[in-house]
Amino acid sequence: MLSSVAERIYWAARYLERAENTARLVSVYDSLLLDLPRGIDISWYNLVELNSATEAFAEHYRVRDERNVVKFLLADADHGGALVNSLRMVRENLRTTRDVFAPEVWEFVNDLFYFATDNVAQGTGRKLRHQFTGGIIRGCEQVNGQIAATTSRDAPWQFIQLGRHLERADMTTRILDAGAVALLQSAERAQVNLGQIVWGHVLRSLSAELAYRRAVRVRVAGPEVANFLLNDAFFPRTIRFCREQVGSAIRLLPGSESMLGALEEVAAVYYPIASVDDLGQAFRDYLNEIQIRIGTMHERIRDAWFAQH
Amino acid sequence: MTLDWKHYDSGALFDELISSPGNARAPARRLVAYLASLSDAEIESRRRMAEATIRQMGVSFTVYSEEGNIDRAWPFDIIPRTIAARQWREVEAGLKQRLRALNRFIDDIYHDQRIIADGVFPAEVLAQSKNFRPECVGVSPPFGVWAHICGTDLVRDERGRFFVLEDNLRVPSGVAYMLENRAITKRVLPELFESDAILPVSDYPARLFDMLAALSPRKLSNPGIVVLTPGIYNSAYFEHAFLAQQMGVELVEGRDLVVGDDDCVYMRTIAGRERVDVIYRRIDDLFLDPEVFNPESTLGVPGLMRAWRAGRVALANAPGAGVADDKVVYAYVPHMIEYYLGEKPLLANVETFLCADPEQRAYVLDHLDELVVKPANESGGYGMLVGPHATKKERAEFARRIQADPRNYIAQPTLKLSVAPTLVDGGRLEPRHLDLRPFVLQAEDMYVTTGGLTRVALRKGSLVVNSSQGGGSKDTWIVDTDAK
Repeated sequence: MLSSVAERIYWAARYLERAENTARLVSVYDSLLLDLPRGIDISWYNLVELNSATEAFAEHYRVRDERNVVKFLLADADHGGALVNSLRMVRENLRTTRDVFAPEVWEFVNDLFYFATDNVAQGTGRKLRHQFTGGIIRGCEQVNGQIAATTSRDAPWQFIQLGRHLERADMTTRILDAGAVALLQSAERAQVNLGQIVWGHVLRSLSAELAYRRAVRVRVAGPEVANFLLNDAFFPRTIRFCREQVGSAIRLLPGSESMLGALEEVAAVYYPIASVDDLGQAFRDYLNEIQIRIGTMHERIRDAWFAQH
Repeated sequence: MTLDWKHYDSGALFDELISSPGNARAPARRLVAYLASLSDAEIESRRRMAEATIRQMGVSFTVYSEEGNIDRAWPFDIIPRTIAARQWREVEAGLKQRLRALNRFIDDIYHDQRIIADGVFPAEVLAQSKNFRPECVGVSPPFGVWAHICGTDLVRDERGRFFVLEDNLRVPSGVAYMLENRAITKRVLPELFESDAILPVSDYPARLFDMLAALSPRKLSNPGIVVLTPGIYNSAYFEHAFLAQQMGVELVEGRDLVVGDDDCVYMRTIAGRERVDVIYRRIDDLFLDPEVFNPESTLGVPGLMRAWRAGRVALANAPGAGVADDKVVYAYVPHMIEYYLGEKPLLANVETFLCADPEQRAYVLDHLDELVVKPANESGGYGMLVGPHATKKERAEFARRIQADPRNYIAQPTLKLSVAPTLVDGGRLEPRHLDLRPFVLQAEDMYVTTGGLTRVALRKGSLVVNSSQGGGSKDTWIVDTDAK
């Protein structure tokens, strides 16, 4: 398999995952803000900070309100991380690797891309936002389903797995961070059930509510949710699950020995969470550390398989 | 309401589908009857279905403009163009004959140049050729074939006779659109494929693969074959990806390939280097190898010419094949056929005036308002003058250009190109001019596509069929009217 093709597939998977997660993030924030008690003020701008996009935002916007943030995250042609641009990148990367996937994959990606560009105004407005984000998530799952149903489990598949799970792990840390920061911001005026509302939305944004209840069997609380999303072995969006998927993919690729060592290194960071007090700034730093290590993992993958020998 | 075939009239022009208003030609009979049975609403819904299919299949081409490159959906007319199978077989024989002679010519030019010594082809024409590559002299590609893939542009005159307009021997494009047009039409007019004997076009990728495999320097059951593309910003990128996918070979860019110290070509894979035997290159000669040609080229592969000359890799088409793809050389093709094959040409050339010749030049300058003037080496329909449609100022400008560089211009009579009924705004039928580009393959064996790519000038009265300039396309049906 060509190095350049491996790289494009990896990026196609990452961008597809990113598009889906962006839709999830906007969707959950939307409903979170509706659920918040009066007087609690959580800013949409958090989403910009979570995505490490404050500089890009500042280049084009002054006011940090809902309208601008949502437009920036979903529709802004100048923002590389905007949802429509992620989907454009999926399309561009797949266009250059069409010989790897079944034609239906390409058709679904086109459908999804045009759905996004034709309807993005729904997403930036408030009334139909839920339909729009729902449509994006559905479309992404359709593409993933089509890929899963028609792709041989040889090298190309492993690069999809790598891209998807690195991106997913990254986003799970960001969504956890979203929960943490929301609670930190409103700490002074905290009400009894605020934590429950926020962490419930964190779970819902990852479609993890049911899995959490089955696995943890307690009411939704910060430390349990955080531990679940970090360490659960079975739910497909937890950090642990993603790490194990990355490991399995690496084992099936040529020259994997040195890479497994790199993965061990990435995994060798542990932060025990026992109570709500453990979800403060130290928790945010920990999440940040995971993100940095995911970045390192990406570099190792790039050097091992994408670099031009 | 239905389509009004009674009042559809193409006047004195040859119409591909009808012989007179209301009367369909034999291969179009079922098609016309079927279309006439559909209501306006039904026709409109089929048209929309075609549009949606094109978008979904991602069939696009790139238009270069100052605002950047735009990826446009492929303009497509749902009404196919039909040709009788019996007639097509004659055209096919003519195309094979022509490409055989062209390949003999190219091989001769890079070896003994007997055709020049024998006075059949003038040395001056070669001396001024922009596509002659001294770097290729003395190289002997397999089977003596240089142009493995040829896209020949055919037109029909007011009597329906076929003429060759040009031979595209460098990196001809369009075959993917031919295949996609059929895929679209099968979705849009499926009923007709049940009842009519429309010959399939789908074996082209397999034929292309076999042809490429036959060129491999290593006799392997599964040689390493790649399609080399300049990349996503090339207007034909869609086709490069499509063909690689259809053949099940890798689509590569220059940076994916490397020439080793052993003069072999390798591709960079996740498991290290892998040998490449045959490259179907869609990059122009001058960008192939920065060591030999344009040193600025980042599209090519350093050392590629070295590997090719050493016989370690096959290039299709071979570098230098374009020497026969030149509108001046074109004028000599009938002579080549007689000279190399001892046969009469089965397909005629369009009458061509060479501006390099003083007498012919004088005629051209006197008759600019009747002629089409073309530069010898442009493609895509650029830089030409359609005399009858041009302004006085444009004609004066061309007269100046011809006098400044006569070798670079040829002129041809303005053909009364054939037309076919085409759906225009408002759901009406109007005649539009069209041409046909079949593709011919040659290695050990020869193959001609069943029909080809029909391009249609969507603007009323226009003769320019290029997609970059307002052209569209139609599916091309070779219909076996003898089939039961």
